[in-house]
Amino acid sequence: MSVSALELTPRYPREKQILMLLNGDEAVAYATKQSYVDVVAAYPITPQTIIVEKFSEFVANGEVHTEFIPIESEHSAMSACIGAAAAGARAFTSTCSQGLALMVETLYIASGLRLPIVMAVTNRALSAPINIHGDHSDAYLMRDSGWIMLFVENVQEAYDTTIQAFKIAEHPEIQLPVSVHLDGFFLSHTMENLYVLPDEAVYEFLGGPRKPIKVKVDYFDEEVEYTLNPAKPLSMGMLAFYDYYFEIKTQQVETMKHAEKVIVEVNEEWYKLTGRRYGDGLVDAYAVDDADIVIVIMGSSASTVRSVVKKFRERGVKVGVLRVRSFRPFPRKTIAKLLKDVKLVAVLDRAVSPGSMGALYLDVISSLYTEKERPIVINYIYGLGGRDLSPPLVFKLVEELSEDLQKGFVPEERLTRYLGVRE
Amino acid sequence: MSLKSWREIPIGGLGFKLSTEIKTGEWRALRPIIDQNKCTKCLICWLFCPEPAIMWDGVKVEVDYDYCKGCGICAHECPVKAISMVPESGGE
Repeated sequence: MSVSALELTPRYPREKQILMLLNGDEAVAYATKQSYVDVVAAYPITPQTIIVEKFSEFVANGEVHTEFIPIESEHSAMSACIGAAAAGARAFTSTCSQGLALMVETLYIASGLRLPIVMAVTNRALSAPINIHGDHSDAYLMRDSGWIMLFVENVQEAYDTTIQAFKIAEHPEIQLPVSVHLDGFFLSHTMENLYVLPDEAVYEFLGGPRKPIKVKVDYFDEEVEYTLNPAKPLSMGMLAFYDYYFEIKTQQVETMKHAEKVIVEVNEEWYKLTGRRYGDGLVDAYAVDDADIVIVIMGSSASTVRSVVKKFRERGVKVGVLRVRSFRPFPRKTIAKLLKDVKLVAVLDRAVSPGSMGALYLDVISSLYTEKERPIVINYIYGLGGRDLSPPLVFKLVEELSEDLQKGFVPEERLTRYLGVRE
Repeated sequence: MSLKSWREIPIGGLGFKLSTEIKTGEWRALRPIIDQNKCTKCLICWLFCPEPAIMWDGVKVEVDYDYCKGCGICAHECPVKAISMVPESGGE
């Protein structure tokens, strides 16, 4: 239900699009192929492997002009993307879990240098114990790295968002890296029907190859491209102490705030092109307006929750779902507006900060703090290590929440709960 | 030197002025002094200086104090001990 009802005729209606059967990884690879990417540097890791495998086939077949760098580690993969993007290329990589953990140091460099790299993350649990399945612990690890983080719900959205990610990252007012998060195995390895655009539509949407922005420096009279070019040499990766570090980070923070507007714009532009959009681009709300209970969630499980919630709605239970699509920037105002009049909110986190609570929960409650009337907000930790959030479990959840709502009070020790763990 | 606001500088911590404008000599604690009477103009100091802050005009070897950080490699390498390192506060 993330596809809203059509209010206009898109430039590429369904009959002009191509129906394909792909898994999430293949959809991301296909979107990358169409996005005229100059450099792909990646190291294989389950469940991301198919993205790079598939893309290397496109390279081997001569279907893309991309320079493909099969590199020796994820740290090097991101480093190669940083170098490529600094030289003006459109760069892409993909990883997850341990690979993402190894990459973390360079993630901060990509965002700090303001390089519009796009990365697909097939969310997977972090070791130990070793696990290859989908949860959000790797995504939460990169939460503060300065990347724009978009969580998708299905394979169609993985395709759509990968293309949008280049547009958002390279927007002249943004110039930040973007990660597209699809749940490992739930999306990466699940085949779904999806509509893809013809190549020329994507080319046109992205405005052709990447166009680096212009910057002004003291030593050139005219503005120059923000790229490493021997004819107009620039120094990137400079030292900045207490004199300038704060200012440079402030630029990043302010740009990240502004990115909300751009994500919304790109979502609308995509709607006009394809007829598909995902809420306002930041959050995708279902039956929230008159709801007493709202379940807040990110990623693929939103579909399961929504399908169960629909059944409760048919019975007259006023429950809704708020799927957060943009985790960074976190749409605080939108979320506060949507949740302030709700009575009970359950935030479902697929990872936890031991000793604290789920990262999504913390963001949601802090967004609500400035409201005069606030709902009760409960944190549920679910699906760690890829444990399925099954429809019966969601049924139990909504029933439990309905009881809490009747009581009208939740004691402090019941504010954090596990969903689906053996007690 | 007036520092700029975050709105005035290019993105990404890009170097917006020439590196020559950054006088790294301000960091120096020890100042190398060349005894011109001892100096044989072998230029080993010039070769070893990592900055490079040793200047050679074909006649005389001198130190560029705008950029010399006072590491003392020149004094260590000088085969005739023509360079002495003097504390900045009580120097010269």
